[in-house]
Amino acid sequence: MKFTVDWLKNHLDTNFNNNQIIDKLTNIGLEVESFESSTSELDTFIVAKIINAKTHPNADRLKLCDVDIGGEKTIEVVCGAPNAKNGLLTVYAPPGSIIPKNQMKLSVSKIRGVTSYGMLCSESELQLSNESDGIIELKNNKYANKIGEKYFKNISEKIIDLSITPNRPDCLGVRGIARDLSAAGAGKLKINKKSNLKYRGNQNINVTIKKEKAQGCTIFGSCLIKGVTNIESPKWLKDKILSLGQKPISAIVDITNYVMFDLNRPLHAYDADKIDNEIIVRSSSKGESFEALDNKKYILENDMCVISDRSGVLGLGGIIGGTRSGTEYSTKNILLESAYFLPRSIRKTSKQLNIDTDAKFRFERGIDPLSIEEGLIKASELIKQICGGEISNLDVKKIENYKKTIINFDPFLFEKTTGFNVENKELIKILEKLGFNVSKNKKILKLVVPSWRPDITQSIDIVEEIVRIKGYEHINTSEPIKTRLKPTLNYYQKLFHFLQRSIASKGYLETVTWSFTDTKINQLFRENDEEIPIVNPISSDLNVLRNSIFPNLIFYLKKNLDRGFKDISLFEIGPAFKGKNPGDQLTVIGAVRAGKISRLSWNDKERIVDTFDVKKDVIQSLCEIGINKDDIVIDDKTPSYYHPGKSGGVYQNKNEKKALAYFGEIHPNIIKKLDINTEGLVIFEICLDHIKESKQKIKDSKSEYKFSDFQKSERDFAFIINKNFKSQELVNIIKSADNRLIKSVRVFDVFEGENIPEGKKSIAVNVTIQSEEKTLNENDLDNINKLIISSVESKSGAKIRS
Amino acid sequence: MSDIKKIKDDYIDKLNTENNIDKVNNIKSELFGKNGIISNEFKKLSSISVEERKKLASDLNNIKNELQNKISIKIQEIETKEINFKLEKEKIDVTLPERNIEIGKIHPVSQVIDEISSIFSEIGFSVEEGPDVENEYNNFTALNTPDNHPARDMHDTFYLDNNKELLLRTHTSPVQVRTMLKGKPPFKIIAPGRTYRSDSDQTHAPMFHQVEGLHIDKNINMGHLKGCLNYFIKEFFEVDKIKMRFRPSHFPFTEPSAEVDIGYEIKNGKIVIGEGNKWLEILGCGMVHPNVLKNVKVNPNKYQGYAFGIGIDRLGMLKYGINDLRAFFETDYRWLSHFGFDPLDVPSNYRGLSR
Repeated sequence: MKFTVDWLKNHLDTNFNNNQIIDKLTNIGLEVESFESSTSELDTFIVAKIINAKTHPNADRLKLCDVDIGGEKTIEVVCGAPNAKNGLLTVYAPPGSIIPKNQMKLSVSKIRGVTSYGMLCSESELQLSNESDGIIELKNNKYANKIGEKYFKNISEKIIDLSITPNRPDCLGVRGIARDLSAAGAGKLKINKKSNLKYRGNQNINVTIKKEKAQGCTIFGSCLIKGVTNIESPKWLKDKILSLGQKPISAIVDITNYVMFDLNRPLHAYDADKIDNEIIVRSSSKGESFEALDNKKYILENDMCVISDRSGVLGLGGIIGGTRSGTEYSTKNILLESAYFLPRSIRKTSKQLNIDTDAKFRFERGIDPLSIEEGLIKASELIKQICGGEISNLDVKKIENYKKTIINFDPFLFEKTTGFNVENKELIKILEKLGFNVSKNKKILKLVVPSWRPDITQSIDIVEEIVRIKGYEHINTSEPIKTRLKPTLNYYQKLFHFLQRSIASKGYLETVTWSFTDTKINQLFRENDEEIPIVNPISSDLNVLRNSIFPNLIFYLKKNLDRGFKDISLFEIGPAFKGKNPGDQLTVIGAVRAGKISRLSWNDKERIVDTFDVKKDVIQSLCEIGINKDDIVIDDKTPSYYHPGKSGGVYQNKNEKKALAYFGEIHPNIIKKLDINTEGLVIFEICLDHIKESKQKIKDSKSEYKFSDFQKSERDFAFIINKNFKSQELVNIIKSADNRLIKSVRVFDVFEGENIPEGKKSIAVNVTIQSEEKTLNENDLDNINKLIISSVESKSGAKIRS
Repeated sequence: MSDIKKIKDDYIDKLNTENNIDKVNNIKSELFGKNGIISNEFKKLSSISVEERKKLASDLNNIKNELQNKISIKIQEIETKEINFKLEKEKIDVTLPERNIEIGKIHPVSQVIDEISSIFSEIGFSVEEGPDVENEYNNFTALNTPDNHPARDMHDTFYLDNNKELLLRTHTSPVQVRTMLKGKPPFKIIAPGRTYRSDSDQTHAPMFHQVEGLHIDKNINMGHLKGCLNYFIKEFFEVDKIKMRFRPSHFPFTEPSAEVDIGYEIKNGKIVIGEGNKWLEILGCGMVHPNVLKNVKVNPNKYQGYAFGIGIDRLGMLKYGINDLRAFFETDYRWLSHFGFDPLDVPSNYRGLSR
């Protein structure tokens, strides 16, 4: 909402200066977006000084001038003026400027082979005089220290731009703003002069508001103004319209606009002679159409509120008029409309047709239904004054009467809500200045809400009115109450924060990527989840919710590889969407690792990252959150985006059906499809929701501290075993040979090939044996050895290597 | 006796010049071995008179001690020399690079969320969460923003179906609704998380982060709201003084509503929070609207309280001098390394919010 201070003062007697007004507006909730002079086409012309004028290499009559325009560098301008000389102060127009004389827009151009950045101007070009023989010569004493400043002083008044919240339609007019300011003590609201308008004759175009279920209009006021001469608006009116940031059109249109912004009362002027017999306000039928004042043809749906005559639709009520009945300079007779349209209807229609106008914006938020006559009178007066003509009696048709809103307000609610007290007297004064009618009934205030405040319906609205006018600075700053109702984080929230830092501590950079992604990449990681398209995506490559974290992670990994990074470890912790209903999401960690370990190391051999690097990261992180490593079970069933032979699933223990993590190489097809250029790429994911919370807190789950001081022995075994036999299985067989004595089993060598039969491999393990009761003698150890070998051989079909 | 003394003096001389450990050991056995010179002298003692023996034994013992002492000192001397020589030979260039360090980082958004959680934890708030996909009711209607309300235009919503029933939440406020529907007052929560609006430029991203705050009890008023936010802002920006301004505004789900500005100035091209006479809008808040309380089955005549919503990304940008919001979500390795935080740098009360 834009207006000038002058305009405001038409409604407000105030001795506040501009800055006080600005501060007050902000303090009462009318946020000032800006307070600036309107921009002018003349703003670009600046004072400049010719530093050096030399002859153009290709044209004797042209000069090449180095011009100081106030910046660090000088600008080179080609100039034909004979008076261009060193040291001359003149006016410079940069590229983009519009020359007042011929309205030409300057661009950077080559003049006889030399580029000229803008031009130096003559008085004639700036329409200051007819002097066109040379460029302007500015006086040294006046302009020498003004180089770089605007040449034309901006004489236009500063414009206040307010951002009005959707609950305050009353402040979409200057008078409403003045009223708010007066309530806040910034002046006195001027009383509207009683109109002494003389009416002649009746409004004899019949108006009917049809009683329909979807009727969007409840009041239609109008008057006829006969014998007008529509002209260009006078300067004061033009200036007002310009200050709104709009273009003046003609007196009649400008007046209706002026009244809309002045009183927040939208009006519409019809050329009465173009109306076919009568006005019918009704709901549209699907397929009806009309050409609107924005020169677009609209085809209507059912139940849109239209103003029509016998020939059809004239306009969309409260939104936009039509060209068929529009006023022109030749218009002689006007029908002026001042109506009330229901916000819901306006909103629905404008959304369907995608139209936004100042009138629509206001009706959608709620116009004062009691301002019908006021608007007609104010506009008629102005039309009569500017365009002449005779005004008919006002004709107001309505199908519904306005019902007052009454609130019984207990002033105690104010203190209860805001924490501070305002005397009843002051409170009543504020409300009365805002237009409330206040009467007292014991402690309760009976309030009649002004008709221009559709936003006020209940007591809390009254609290807000009083506190915003009184000022938020009166609210105390209480000490925070530290009472805690429950622990800050629950188990899964703690897990989230812990794992996030656990992964990062292993050398991964955390990233945050969009929750949406490109369907084409998502497809590669979607598995059996349903695709979740966004109806109105921000762009076509972010058109579905991600089913997995990897589509984005891989996409950005590729970007970083393309930037020249080779060794990259990235992870994200966040949602992966499994369905389109609220809650169909899992919290997942996705991580990628590309490149080499120990690249360019002077002492270590470099190698490509592999499955066991990410396996270590996964297992270590799971151990860090308290999962017992010995309970963890690994299998080789993984989603299809993993390399089928080089990936694994991780289970919290042997009874769990859901994998809580996967790790491994990414499927080579994906690398190929996405054209990822890297030496190696391994990934892992952990699903936080699949981690089972331990039933015991750590304070209850520490077992008794037991250790054995008896000597421990280590024995190595090598088995020849089927190639596909899993080492995890072998370790379990060995452990279960004697759970009490065998303390640990470590695989320390695996190989195939030379000396090993086809289809077999050799696994070497180191077994630690220790008793808690005694030192084992050779005989005991021999027995254990034999037991281990026989268990393994019988359960796995392996053979001990001799 | 003089013989022995001479032998001693000879050996002392020998030892003084000797530098070979083996030779020193040879001398040791020459003197003290089974048939060593000194050993033999002791053997002789048994064959002489008691008178003489006493004298000679004492002398012999002195000589023995002196020689043994000398030998052990010599051995130690040589060993030290040898070790030093060996160590000198083993010297390496310790300025050569260590094995590769892989430094992981925490994203600024995560760090700021942890900072915020830590601050609010101090004053008794707990963390609640809600889903990213919401239904229209929780995101708008329950929050006193009915379908025909122009306030809906302030949010450019992403929808998942044509009926506009399912959407990506436009703010974290639906967590208020969920929290209050599933529990009983009092409520004292914050809800950080991802939020979505169909908007993209330098200062807007289609996804961003908010933290919602909600405190509902019997007598919570706007003074408590001011106190809570004043505390939070001061703690978050780690300054002693903060200039804060409450300005009336409008949100459908709070009334009275306020926007909060903090004072700042630009010093050497950087924003300094807490000083200066410029204002920066950083959050919206207000007293929870009675209609919202009714919608979530809380009696507004018995309970009242405040709610606030803060842009997390923006707070991070202000605190850590980050200019472009979109860079948060573009996964540029350089940016993540530059603005990321060490994983061990966990914001907490006792260790301080940040280093």
